[in-house]
Amino acid sequence: MATAKDRAQAQAGSGLNDDIGEAKRLDLYRLQVVIREAEQRAYDLFLQNLVKGTSHLSLGQEAIAAGFAGAMKPGDLSFCTYRGHAHTLARGVPVEKVLGELMQRDNGLMRGKGGSMHLTSEEHGVMGSYAIIGAHLPIACGAAWRAQYKGDKDVSVCFFGDGTTNIGAFHEALNFAAVWKLPVVFVCENNLYMEYTPISDVTAVPHPAADRASAYGLERIIVDGNDADAVYRIAQTAFDKARAGDGPSLIECLTYRHSGHSRADPGKYRPEGELERWKERDPIKIYKERLLQFGVSEKTIANIDAEVRKVVDDATEACKAAPLPPIDILTTDVYADGGWAWRN
Amino acid sequence: MAEITYRDAVIRGIAQEMERDKDVVFLGEDVAKAGGVFKATVGLYEQFGPLRVRDTPISEQAIMGAAMGAAMTGLKPIAEIMFSDFFAVCFDYIANEFPKSRYMSNGQTKCPLVVRTGNGAGSRFGAQHSQSVENWCMMIPGLKVVAPSSPRDVIGLLAAAVRDPDPVIFFEHKSLYATKGEVPDGEIVDTLGTAKVLRPGKDATILALALMVPRALQAAEQLQAEHGIDCEVVDVRSLVPLDMQTILGSVAKTHRLFTVEENPRLCGWGAEIVSIVADEAFYDLDGPPVRITTPHIPLPAADNLEDIVLPTPARIVETVRRSLNS
Repeated sequence: MATAKDRAQAQAGSGLNDDIGEAKRLDLYRLQVVIREAEQRAYDLFLQNLVKGTSHLSLGQEAIAAGFAGAMKPGDLSFCTYRGHAHTLARGVPVEKVLGELMQRDNGLMRGKGGSMHLTSEEHGVMGSYAIIGAHLPIACGAAWRAQYKGDKDVSVCFFGDGTTNIGAFHEALNFAAVWKLPVVFVCENNLYMEYTPISDVTAVPHPAADRASAYGLERIIVDGNDADAVYRIAQTAFDKARAGDGPSLIECLTYRHSGHSRADPGKYRPEGELERWKERDPIKIYKERLLQFGVSEKTIANIDAEVRKVVDDATEACKAAPLPPIDILTTDVYADGGWAWRN
Repeated sequence: MAEITYRDAVIRGIAQEMERDKDVVFLGEDVAKAGGVFKATVGLYEQFGPLRVRDTPISEQAIMGAAMGAAMTGLKPIAEIMFSDFFAVCFDYIANEFPKSRYMSNGQTKCPLVVRTGNGAGSRFGAQHSQSVENWCMMIPGLKVVAPSSPRDVIGLLAAAVRDPDPVIFFEHKSLYATKGEVPDGEIVDTLGTAKVLRPGKDATILALALMVPRALQAAEQLQAEHGIDCEVVDVRSLVPLDMQTILGSVAKTHRLFTVEENPRLCGWGAEIVSIVADEAFYDLDGPPVRITTPHIPLPAADNLEDIVLPTPARIVETVRRSLNS
């Protein structure tokens, strides 16, 4: 496993101003805190019955979203799953827009027409959050095909969970991307559970993504998904490869979700002590310690924390005050003419 | 003017659009080097090259997803699904992804693509390679659904589909590939959502689609010659958008309505049209609307069995004659 080695490398490097550098590190820290605070707030608002429908939180998985988004360039495209709030926020979509959509208000990202599982913000490169497992892997291939065909240099980055590795579309997309040598990066967030079931109970190999890579002629890559530096570095390597025309990568990030699968799940299927052990490896805790070790002041970190908290507080108040979506958007944007007419 | 086959019209239609717009790309199984299993894409690979005409693995989900991702980000893909029966293995894209992304994203996401597919019976292929599945697509908000019956309509409607900003499912009928028709020279661009009155008449309206169109026309000639019944034959052409004005106009004139549908009976396209006519033109009708369909069974393979289950000119003649005389 690359985890320990990567961590050692990160720490043995010259420190704050190594290949990642202070500004990027503060950026990665801030992104993780934004996700943590916004997801925690989403949970609290759900308990108040202000977040409706369902919601799938990324608490504990923040380093993956932050590390990849931190390495993306403007124009790079993110394809997310229903557990996509983190990846959406990481591309710079305002917290208010995300919380507004979760609360199904008119100020939401899609004015309440999509909901928690379908966050989309094309202006930020967030090309949709897909709630049918595996559907977006082929779609990311298509976006990458466009880049290849047009000579564009953007990379399509497709995030999914460990459960996705057992559906057909995963295998179709991996083969397709490898044969066509597409500039797409597949990112498996292995949080050990496919919904309520341990992934190891239902998968023929120990590493659901990485152990399949060789079937498609790809390198076996496993990274510590709770270490934003390690994620950031592997993302850069994969993006460079894609931009150079050398084809796709499949990266398995090891992580753990602190909450259940969705809002209805208390996560009782997890063995005693497992959550506590993983919380010792909380990505934000790890990163804060590293920043301090590298000489960033407590005050700088506290300022970031306070500033993010205020953003999330302000967003919450704005969403609570926002109206519900008006009825007249019910029939808009079914077709490209803006309407829904299917006959004359 | 030239007489060409329906098959060659597909080639000409794709080529016309690929010549016009470099963003039009084409992918599918065996479509490039082999020229398609129905030989309906012969020469495109040679004409437009390997970057624009691409063979795929047998991966219908990858084909559909790749078409969607390319469409979302600026290309105008044409994807081929060899047999429409295979929609069942990539139905997520047809039912959940293509048609809903624009709505769910509040108008942010576009999906201008065309899925071409070989639809329909007559080749003795049995129950999994012969179905008419246009009604699988007609029922999904956000899709457009087209099924041409003649070479000229193939070119014109394919051009309209490629230029349309919405996802269009384009049903080619396998049993029409070898049929011929007159096609004008030069560019042909038709309009989605328009039915065509192919044979004017005063006694009854017969609606038909794809392979059922030539059968309806043949039946109409026979009804005229042998029974003195003058039928108006309307080629529906486009199920979504649906040209109800042409259909309602015809019913207002003839006062009788028949649909000729290749799909199995339950929830076939004619059911929706009949229900609209019942809602909006009930008092125009002099008798009950009648649906002539394939029975609600899987399609058999044997010659004699397949021939019996599809609506034939003889069945259309008999049904219309008995209904008008009763």
